[in-house]
Amino acid sequence: MYDLILFFVLLALGYGFGRYAEARHYKSIRKRERALNVLPAIASRVPPPGRPDLHSQLVTGSVVISVDYFKRFLASLRNIFGGRISSYETLLDRARREAILRMKQEAKYLDAEFIFNIKMETASIHKGHGNSVGSVEVLAYGTALIPT
Amino acid sequence: MIVSNLEVVPGKRITKHYGLVQGSSVRAKHVGRDFMAGLKNIFGGELKGYTELLQESREEAYNRMLEMAKSTGANAVLNVRFSTSSVAAGAAELFAYGTAVTLE
Repeated sequence: MYDLILFFVLLALGYGFGRYAEARHYKSIRKRERALNVLPAIASRVPPPGRPDLHSQLVTGSVVISVDYFKRFLASLRNIFGGRISSYETLLDRARREAILRMKQEAKYLDAEFIFNIKMETASIHKGHGNSVGSVEVLAYGTALIPT
Repeated sequence: MIVSNLEVVPGKRITKHYGLVQGSSVRAKHVGRDFMAGLKNIFGGELKGYTELLQESREEAYNRMLEMAKSTGANAVLNVRFSTSSVAAGAAELFAYGTAVTLE
């Protein structure tokens, strides 16, 4: 009986705080993305030709984000019926965009003109009950090209 | 020392290759951070302690790679890649590797 009450309390807490945290995070992501839009981040492996004045430096950005209790419960339901797990999709979307933003911030601090060859690395670092995904780490890295 | 994950550096020519250089670091999370992570698993959101922990250990792997490159006499590391793998429950290995070269 107490277990059931605890379960519903956790579910409600997860739903409330999780929703609030996600909305706030998306708002801040959108705001910073607009501010950093001037810095092109390109996945191409070849640097721009005819620019020998550019200095190369590796820049990285990483973030660890956890999913809330409510969303994990939704995802475990999805595991029965199959289909898209949109609660994890938003988790990974937030993590990727945040990692790219942090990388761009570092590049901007170095007065970079471009970031080339962006690579992403995703690792699930915390497993909950029954190997459900608890939190993911996303690392974004690339080469900042800085005019000298 | 120039470190880049491109295969070439604009305006510079590679004069010598030294082959692969690598660095790795294995870290375990500690109990305090794990407790916070347990809380965050209910509420959701960023795990700042873990972000820092992984950043630190990645930096260590990166510095070990640079040391290895320096000991070969290279002045740049190109085509750098990072990789993460969880080796045991509660421990992660951060790995960095690249090609050590001399640029003119």
